[in-house]
Amino acid sequence: MPSLKEVKNRITSILSTQQITKAMKMVAAAKLRRAQDNIIQLRPYASKMNGLLQNLMMDSDVDESNAYGEEREVNRVLIMAVTSDRGLCGAFNSNIHKEVIRHIDANYKEIHANGDVHILPLGKKGFDYFRKRNYTIVDDFWEVFSDLSFANATKGAVFAMEKFLNREYDRIDIVYNEFKNVATQIMRVEQFLPVLPVELKVKEEVEYIYQPSKEAIVSDLVPKSLKTQVYKALLESNASEQGARMTAMDQATDNAGELLKDLRLTYNRTRQAAITKEINEIVAGADALG
Amino acid sequence: MHLYIVTPEKKVFEGEVLAATFPGSDGSFQVLNNHAPLVSSLKDGLIEYRDKKDEYETEITGGVVEVLNNKVIVLAEGVIE
Repeated sequence: MPSLKEVKNRITSILSTQQITKAMKMVAAAKLRRAQDNIIQLRPYASKMNGLLQNLMMDSDVDESNAYGEEREVNRVLIMAVTSDRGLCGAFNSNIHKEVIRHIDANYKEIHANGDVHILPLGKKGFDYFRKRNYTIVDDFWEVFSDLSFANATKGAVFAMEKFLNREYDRIDIVYNEFKNVATQIMRVEQFLPVLPVELKVKEEVEYIYQPSKEAIVSDLVPKSLKTQVYKALLESNASEQGARMTAMDQATDNAGELLKDLRLTYNRTRQAAITKEINEIVAGADALG
Repeated sequence: MHLYIVTPEKKVFEGEVLAATFPGSDGSFQVLNNHAPLVSSLKDGLIEYRDKKDEYETEITGGVVEVLNNKVIVLAEGVIE
């Protein structure tokens, strides 16, 4: 049986751990609210953007001239992996790492053997993970989460789009966690470039006046909508991260509670044993005298 | 007509206006009620609009504007406040 002092020390240490996990859970909850707000704020922009693109595509076959939609033989691949900057959020990051590796194995095995699958980590954890392993990474954009403004967050997307147009990559995918609710994240693997054709809903055709020209506007809008897609993925991932952390910390707090219960029991038993022993000794001492 | 200004980060303005002036990439232009359907790209500059009471302005950094059936939607890249 451990000594009374040892048990007491453990109880104090677990109590303080529990306090930390509790606090982290509350911080994550507050951050989650903000992250969810950001997603909601993006929605009108994203839906209007899609609506406008739809209207434009209805009008004629501009789709053909769209350089971002060009299907080429896939020789070089870039994978954007969205992770978080910080740990202690359960399996959130390792799920992404595993999925990226699985995705490469399943679809780009031979290209990877030639060393032509590159990874663009967004978030420190992914950067650390893939840097230490046998992957070529693009290491300029992993710090996005320090400033999640649209302009900063989409620098990686702009880079990827340029590289696609310059034919340095033939295919770009993005892997991220989509936020479903606090406890659930949905792993998403999406094709980023070439752009998948827009699904046309049957709508009335509108004769727009275009300024300066239709081509200019489409070639202006498509990159914007691509940037929005990446921005959305980042916001979703950010909200998922906070949700995952909340759940993980909640569990940690519960576990600490369980441990404390057991330890307190041990503590009381040890204490009682010590008292009993002492009484026995006194009684035995008194007996010997008498 | 109904004016709607959004950026990826937030909704900047939504409401009824009488007139709105935009920094079009080919030069500034004004939109009034019952304007024909129009799509124009915007450069950095001021959007000026007025309702019955007052005049307002918002500085944007690039974007697109769509005018359709008295609905004016501005998709701005960002706003400067």
